[in-house]
Amino acid sequence: MRLVRLWPENSHFDFMRFRRWSFPLSAVISILTALMLVTIGLNFGIDFRGGTLMEIQAKSGQANVAQIRQTAEGFGFGDVEVQEFGTAGEVSLRFPIQPGGEAGQTAVVQKARDTFSAEYDFRRVETVGPRVSGELVQSGTIGVVLSVIAVLFYLWFRFERELAMASIIGTLHDIVLTIGFFVITRHEFNMTSIAAILTIVGYSLNETVVVFDRTRELMRRYKTMPAEELLNLSINNTMSRTIMTATTTALSLLALVLFGGQAIQGFAQVMLFGVVICTYSAICISTPMLIYIGLRGSEAAKVPEGRAAAAE
Amino acid sequence: MLRFSRSKIIATVGIILIGLLLAVPSMMSREQRQAYLNAIPGWVPSWLVPSRAIVLGLDLQGGSHVLLEVDNQDLLRGQITLLRDDVRRILRDTRVSSQNGIQTVQRGVQIRVPDAADRDRLLPRLRELSQPTGNAMLGQTGGNTIEINTNPDGVITLTYTEAGISERVRRAVDQSIEVVRRRIDATGTTEPSIQRQGADRVLVQVPGLQDPQQLKALLGETGNLEFRLLAQQGATDVDLLPMDDQGGQRVPVERRVIAEGGDLTDAQPAFDTQTNQPIVNFRFNIRGAQRFGQATTENLGRQLAIVLDNRVISAPTIQSPITGGSGQISGSFTVEQVNNLAVLLRSGALPAKLTIVEERTVGPGLGRDSIEAGKMATYVAAIFVIIFMFATYGLFGLFANIALLVHVGLIFGLMSVLEATLTLPGIAGIVLTIGTAVDSNVLIYERIREEVRSGRSIVSGIQAGFDRAFATIVDSNSTMAIAAVILFFLGSGPVRGFAVVFILGILTTVLTAVTLTRMMIALWYHWMRPKALPF
Repeated sequence: MRLVRLWPENSHFDFMRFRRWSFPLSAVISILTALMLVTIGLNFGIDFRGGTLMEIQAKSGQANVAQIRQTAEGFGFGDVEVQEFGTAGEVSLRFPIQPGGEAGQTAVVQKARDTFSAEYDFRRVETVGPRVSGELVQSGTIGVVLSVIAVLFYLWFRFERELAMASIIGTLHDIVLTIGFFVITRHEFNMTSIAAILTIVGYSLNETVVVFDRTRELMRRYKTMPAEELLNLSINNTMSRTIMTATTTALSLLALVLFGGQAIQGFAQVMLFGVVICTYSAICISTPMLIYIGLRGSEAAKVPEGRAAAAE
Repeated sequence: MLRFSRSKIIATVGIILIGLLLAVPSMMSREQRQAYLNAIPGWVPSWLVPSRAIVLGLDLQGGSHVLLEVDNQDLLRGQITLLRDDVRRILRDTRVSSQNGIQTVQRGVQIRVPDAADRDRLLPRLRELSQPTGNAMLGQTGGNTIEINTNPDGVITLTYTEAGISERVRRAVDQSIEVVRRRIDATGTTEPSIQRQGADRVLVQVPGLQDPQQLKALLGETGNLEFRLLAQQGATDVDLLPMDDQGGQRVPVERRVIAEGGDLTDAQPAFDTQTNQPIVNFRFNIRGAQRFGQATTENLGRQLAIVLDNRVISAPTIQSPITGGSGQISGSFTVEQVNNLAVLLRSGALPAKLTIVEERTVGPGLGRDSIEAGKMATYVAAIFVIIFMFATYGLFGLFANIALLVHVGLIFGLMSVLEATLTLPGIAGIVLTIGTAVDSNVLIYERIREEVRSGRSIVSGIQAGFDRAFATIVDSNSTMAIAAVILFFLGSGPVRGFAVVFILGILTTVLTAVTLTRMMIALWYHWMRPKALPF
């Protein structure tokens, strides 16, 4: 039986060359993301924005979206977003947060149930008041910040300062691009999105750590090899693993996108994007970054002062 | 050397079998599980039988999640009213009068007693109102509930301290949980979960509940019942309260309370035998019966005011003294209203209003669809990965695939023991784990391949592959674990379900991808004595 090889054995590909376009490209995309984040912004879901989300399904299997929209706008609860999705007459309605604090929100659900329950099944109803949404924003932000800090600590313990810096840059890059993905696709940004981002943080780090583990090993073996060559070798050595893991992860996420159902599709798409970005950034951002940060910075500094002096 | 001792094999296989057995109860329906537990002979000790199962989250089984918050303002208002009454009583007892009555200030009350001698008599009594906060038995004393300040003009201010308020809130949440439980139980709802959340919240989760409207109606009322009298012309000490019978028009009601909800021992919905209207029959305790009997005797012909949460729900005329200790509340009620009213009266009043701050309801249809879709995605992902691993690594891919299946089985086993909640994001976590679990195998295999290519023998190549890849496996799994642990502590509900799956997945992957795979490879080498790697 002939086995599949996605990457040739013993490759000597010059990955470091990519930095000439990957650095400017990523810089431009990151700046664009920041601009879009300010101008267009994220499509915050009710977790963070508050309000009411309903998913209803026509009992007849055929939803009259235009009529629903017209009726719902007549409620006087502000701008309603009405969207059809799926194939079985499913419609989602999103009402903005109502004035009158926490108590003001319940009227929306009551009114909608009274109006639509004859012809539609209520599959999901979620109401988040202003206080809870405020807290969720807080804990979501804390989560992302905390994970970056925790990761920094881990890297600080486990790796040299230069490697830690390079991988944290890669991780930040991946977070920024993922947020860009949210802005462009208009995927709803809610608590599950925070879960996706944190998972991407984990995966991103996982990718760089595997390469850097090898870099460190090679640094000990080839003490005089130039940084660029050493980094190329690290990536070439780990490339078949990188591709294998990216493929298996992407395959399982693809299954989730295709069959996981509407509720989880957005999450899976973001993760799928994340896997691609993390693989790219490990190879084209974090690793070549070491050329500029200086791979043997700390060692070079130590040798003349400490060990060199003692040797004399 | 690539050897796996017999005892190690037995241990590995044993642990894995136990882990997989633990998952068995979760694979059965509720009825099957009951039948299976009944079928176990009695002499088998219960700890030997795996009986715990995974709990499905509300997003998968359908149901309602309602987060309630104790209204701090309402609670404080109530406390200030109590404080006012206490101060009034003390002023009366000590025969001291306040120059401008009792003023309500923010978080407390204020009186003005210019005479120093009066103040000296008054203050010790006022200080008795303040109690130490915290649990004195545990040695936690953090100050007092009420702070008393006096200024030279003779103005005395009593205010609740921050600690006093927060202790009151904490107690209110405890009381609310009890009341909420009684109210929900009274509706015959199955298996509600009612827990405290944070400082001032109560989380109610009711599986299978499709429309939480009735629940919300029940929990939205404080349930504070008072029997008072409608005020007569010219009375001064009155409250103006809306009256249900007259379309919410406000009527004067005497402030004096004859009896209250706490004096009731029972309340049942019923029908009036004459008019066939829905009513509530109630019975007083001894104290309530006495006071009610006396008041009805003294006020024959006047109108009673039955006040619920500051609304007059009924105002019957007192035809004859009611001394038997029981009575009825009639009005223009629907059957549902009297049912709810009876539940409210039986379960007692909430210490303060509860506000709904979050509500999430998933219909059973969506839950079922999500489970089906989740299963489908899991199978497809497993098939994709299994085929791909086999196509890449041949026999070793097969080993990795066995390890993968065991890995998923162990996640279910661990979740069953922990009685963890499986949510939709949790299913996504399982699918994602299928993709990432083989990473450890890939790391090992690629390393083995490299070592053998650089001139090592198969045995020493495999050995070196495992050894060298191990550090990387630990690193790469730790990074994933960091993100997952943070997610666990931050997220709630569905998102936490994702974190649980992910953390368990990371733990089991070390056992399956490293130990189990190594065992399979060692046995294979032992039996086949291969001359070359199969990939």
